Amino acid sequence: MAEKKNVSRRDFLKTSGIAAGALVGGGIIGGVIGANTRQDTASTSGGEAGHSGGGGTTEAVRGLQFFKNQQEFAVLQQATERIFPEDDLGPGAIGLGVPFFIDHQLAGSYGENSKEYMQAPFEEGEATQGYQSRLKRNELFRQGLQKMQQEAQSRFEANFVDLEGEQMDEILTAFQDDEVDMQGANAQFFFRLLRQATLNGAYADPIYGGNQNMEAWRMKGFPGHQAAYINDIESEDFAEIEPHSVGDMLS
Amino acid sequence: MATTLDKVDVVTVGVGWTGGIIAAECAKEGLKVMGLERGKERSTEDYSMVHDEYRYAIRYELMQDLSKETITFRNSRNQKALPMRQLGSFLLGEGLGGAGTHWNGQTWRFLPYDFEIKSMTDAKYGANKLSAEYTLQDWGITYDELEPYFDKFEKTAGISGEDKNPFWGKRSSEYPTPAMKKTPLLSKFETATSNLGYTPFMMPSANLSEAYENPDGQQIGACQYCGFCERFGCEYGAKTSPEITVVPAARETGNYDIRFNSNVVEVMKEGDRVTGVRFIDTVTFEEFIQPAEVVVLTSYVMNNAKLLMVSEIGQMYDPETGQGSLGKNYAYQILPGASGFFEDQMNVFMGAGALGMTIDDFNGDAFDHSDLDFIHGGSISMTQTGARPIATNPLPPDTPAWGAEFKKASIENYTRTLSVGSQGASIPHRDNYLTLDGTYKDIYGMPLLQLTYNFTDQDRALHKYITERTSEIMQEMGAKTVVGRSPISDYDIVPYQTTHNTGGTIMGGDPATSVVNNYLQHWDMENLFVVGAGNFAHNGGYNPTGTVGALAYRCAEGIIKYSKDGGSLV
Repeated sequence: MAEKKNVSRRDFLKTSGIAAGALVGGGIIGGVIGANTRQDTASTSGGEAGHSGGGGTTEAVRGLQFFKNQQEFAVLQQATERIFPEDDLGPGAIGLGVPFFIDHQLAGSYGENSKEYMQAPFEEGEATQGYQSRLKRNELFRQGLQKMQQEAQSRFEANFVDLEGEQMDEILTAFQDDEVDMQGANAQFFFRLLRQATLNGAYADPIYGGNQNMEAWRMKGFPGHQAAYINDIESEDFAEIEPHSVGDMLS
Repeated sequence: MATTLDKVDVVTVGVGWTGGIIAAECAKEGLKVMGLERGKERSTEDYSMVHDEYRYAIRYELMQDLSKETITFRNSRNQKALPMRQLGSFLLGEGLGGAGTHWNGQTWRFLPYDFEIKSMTDAKYGANKLSAEYTLQDWGITYDELEPYFDKFEKTAGISGEDKNPFWGKRSSEYPTPAMKKTPLLSKFETATSNLGYTPFMMPSANLSEAYENPDGQQIGACQYCGFCERFGCEYGAKTSPEITVVPAARETGNYDIRFNSNVVEVMKEGDRVTGVRFIDTVTFEEFIQPAEVVVLTSYVMNNAKLLMVSEIGQMYDPETGQGSLGKNYAYQILPGASGFFEDQMNVFMGAGALGMTIDDFNGDAFDHSDLDFIHGGSISMTQTGARPIATNPLPPDTPAWGAEFKKASIENYTRTLSVGSQGASIPHRDNYLTLDGTYKDIYGMPLLQLTYNFTDQDRALHKYITERTSEIMQEMGAKTVVGRSPISDYDIVPYQTTHNTGGTIMGGDPATSVVNNYLQHWDMENLFVVGAGNFAHNGGYNPTGTVGALAYRCAEGIIKYSKDGGSLV
């Protein structure tokens, strides 16, 4: 299964002549390129979430706010998709717009650690003392993604985005197990941050650019923003409720 | 050069539950009160778009900005303390209402046993039940003495509950409002615990079961069970908080002002009296001195202790000798529990912060500890607080934390998992304490508070025993798979655990072993009061706010008395 997907991804890269990053699951951007590209995209992302419409959702132009290098963004896309993959339940990270969510978060207060204590001196502590790096989250993400690419080269002599799924997982697992050297931070912390950011993007309210069309909420059976459950809370039956975004309150 | 402002009768440092209660009571008596709040004004109107898990629960919209101030932490005295650079284990509040804005609303009275824990443990089990390393002590006040203040706090807050628990202290009156709705999920817990011979009852809740007008004439709304309580403000004004109760009550007297963006950095003193506080305007960084007849420290546990330390008031605790009281008996809480995986989907996303049922059969000294290697225990509850999708990814054993299997299992089990949890008591230990850090500073140039803390053998034994009880309950509830929480080893400041930090400015009957007397009046400076969960000589098996509220009313009475008569109140 992984093989087939990766063949199509590689073919796509060859024929399009541009980095996958800008396109795979990229909603509007993918759409602009043309119908054939869109089909290729669908085979890896599980559908053009941004285009499937669904109840008059407004389409927004998507672009990168933090990443400048499309290859780094492409690694982010594939890594998040391995963490939260498309399956028979519904879209994965790419289809949900998670990589764009992460990019946008890295450009803002999350990436800049605006609410974190960032004063020196920085010393490595015990694991129980938590994060002690001088690196901001956005610096950590860039380095981590570059290291993933380097690991792909050194282990498989290929670009990360061209690897088979199992090979990507091997690299992600090496980060998870803290077996990759990073500068000024450790790989395990980066992996945990990446995993958490992926879940944040999948399940946060769609106002942040992930959880496209609230598909992740539908998969999980979470109704999002609802004013009240006072009339349902005593019911024995499971309530299937069409989800709402807090953004609906402004429309 | 600091600007000196006009003198007031009472200045409070921080405007949350304690600052609000002190202000309301003193202002009603005609005292001029100034509340200095380092954060911003906020109110119910600011919570209209609060159903946003990412912003409020994950990115901590309402919490303390750690770029300005944090604490440092180490597990033991031989480690170097390092800053808590990101929020994790506990969530510090900031802004009007403090943590009383984003609490869950579970409102308990500590047990009669808690207040006399040392005497009662010694009497029943002998003086050597715990080793001398555990710095257990009585609180210098009894439950019966505090009962009227508990009653007053519950009436101000309109607490919803039922008096069916055979193990708690005697109540002088019924709860002001009836218990919340008993949902099908709570009924599962009720049936299971009844079958096991325990006594379940509805948890006392500050998410009110019906609209209520409190004795001050403030209106509190009725809970809508929207599922967004903890870490959130309430858009219905239905979760009792300082800014919808005691703060407006204080303001209506005309004797109360709040100054926002005002961060107190020092308690000023002259001889054996305090004269006021020095604060910095966080917008302009201008320095001010607020003179006052009475200074009341009403900020969080950490900051109350820090202000006394930087102002050099009281004797610092020394873990080597056991001498001194400031910073002593810091305690946290132990969280045993079990999760159960069920066949059918349940409405876990509906709920309220204090919607739950509890048994106290394993709290305090309700059960015999003769053959056990720990004292106390914990309340065991099932709450339906509203499960949200980012944070709730329940996984059966041996499921990977990411990838295809993770996705399937976390989605499958999100609506099919329940948890039974306990708030386990935390018994103080000589090596767990607060002091000032020698290296790291806040943005105002003051040293950070330093926390030295680790779990003890008492904690580990309690955790194991109560986890077994919660697993049995979950089994009885009919879960197809039951997973008890892993045994605890070293305390880790990274994952969120609980914001129920206590100690450091403990109350007691003896100036040698406590910071304040039972009116929360400082032993060394009679016009200085320090109130909050920092007064707890140990941490009990419940959420702390009910007891904090009672202590605040006790403190207010003390301040009013002091303002008339002066002198030591005990």
